[in-house]
Amino acid sequence: MSALRTGTAVLTATTLAAGLSGCGDDDKPAGRTKVVTVLAAASLTEAFGDIKKKVEAEHSDVEVRVSFAASSTIVQQVNNHVDADIVALADEKAGKTLKPDAIKGAKPTLFATNQLMIATPADNPGKVADLASLQSGSIDTVLCAPQVPCGRAAKSVLDKGHVKPHVVSYEQDVKATLSKVRLGEADAAIVYVTDVAAAGKSVHGITIKPDQNVTTRLPVYSLNNDEATKAFLDALNSSAGRKVLTDRGFGTP
Amino acid sequence: MRQRHDHPARSLLALPAVLALLLLMLPLIALLIRVDWPHLWTHLGTADAGAAVRLSLRTTLTTVVLCAVLGTPLAWLLSRSSGPLLPWLRALVTVPLVLPPVVGGVALLMAWGREGVVGGPLSDWFGWTIPYSWVRVVLAETFVSIPFYVLAVEGAMRSLDRRYDDLAATLGASPLRTFRTVAVPLTLPGIAAGATLAWARALGEFGATITFAGSFPGRTQTAPLAVYQALEIDPDAATALSMVMLIVCVVVLALLRGRWWR
Repeated sequence: MSALRTGTAVLTATTLAAGLSGCGDDDKPAGRTKVVTVLAAASLTEAFGDIKKKVEAEHSDVEVRVSFAASSTIVQQVNNHVDADIVALADEKAGKTLKPDAIKGAKPTLFATNQLMIATPADNPGKVADLASLQSGSIDTVLCAPQVPCGRAAKSVLDKGHVKPHVVSYEQDVKATLSKVRLGEADAAIVYVTDVAAAGKSVHGITIKPDQNVTTRLPVYSLNNDEATKAFLDALNSSAGRKVLTDRGFGTP
Repeated sequence: MRQRHDHPARSLLALPAVLALLLLMLPLIALLIRVDWPHLWTHLGTADAGAAVRLSLRTTLTTVVLCAVLGTPLAWLLSRSSGPLLPWLRALVTVPLVLPPVVGGVALLMAWGREGVVGGPLSDWFGWTIPYSWVRVVLAETFVSIPFYVLAVEGAMRSLDRRYDDLAATLGASPLRTFRTVAVPLTLPGIAAGATLAWARALGEFGATITFAGSFPGRTQTAPLAVYQALEIDPDAATALSMVMLIVCVVVLALLRGRWWR
């Protein structure tokens, strides 16, 4: 019985701790009555974080809720009718798998472009110099899973360069891929230029030659016409919004 | 008289009981209904199901062996010790039961990762790292499932009459021999129950595995990981593989039921 008692004690303690730390997290700021729910690709984490701040600073009544995930996960969620006002994906192909009825026939607008880069741990233990060095079997490489945009893009980069890396894991989204390098668990990863920029000094970025690189174009879908949704889209399409994107390393379509 | 008393109370309890059963059964039935039976094999091929199921079986069986080899002595020591530290020790064993698996995965990275507390020195001094292979999967599965095993076996061993120990001791048996010839044989049903629990937990393991071992088809992608990945490309493939896993679980539990679950 005493095992059960300790079990209960641990449970209680965990619940209490979770309850305490969770306090206030979900509290809605007073006066923010209009909510816009944004589902965005993981690669947009930093940029959309900035835009959320801008929108909320400029509109005291608007609250922006952003959920970041792999584009393929977002598509699944939207096709299963999750609540969303704005859907931003990492490539056009992901957008083609959205069911027209689930997005109410919304048409995509291309709002940014991205390119790929090799990321290594800050001290580059595998001495990766270029795409071709990934061919060496001693370099553990992580890639995005082939069904997410960064995985598709990485595959075409590798095909263009005729490079077959020693892949140790296919991760669910670009942030998970990069984190394996940040933790020093892998010698190299192929991720977006913007993710390397966002990671700052914790990773080392190696440019991929233009003739081997690919450019992905990011589509955004608006599923709603209300004020909050418009406020977010306006911010995204404004020159200040473009600057946020370019500052984070995105290109313009 | 008695029956008349019982009847209204029983029907009062029957409603929530039936609801509970429905809550449990409905998703499983839905899964069976939605499986695209005519194209089952094609879908299983898409999901890389064969490799994933084989990997799952290999890693979970290894996990169960590890649980038995390491967990049985721990359970025995816990059941025969006393002292102020014991409740703490037992609580420590329980932690992975309530810890979110993904947190377990992060903790495993911190310990065994290439720059981990143990993994770092191993890599720096001997150039040895735990490869991204089924070894990592087994480590993750053992971490989450050994508590189930230890708790079940400890319970069985604690309820074993201590007079057997004493008797064995007066006959000249060493503690090791008592463990081997008295405790283990007499608690075999408890050991089997613990092993089943641990196996089931390991088979369902997802969070710690994807965090610590990543996901590589045939190498670290276990069946639950394959289901998750398949869901993003082809929901039919995910359903097909889920169904296979459901059948594997039901068959094993049914085989064990008569023997050990009473």
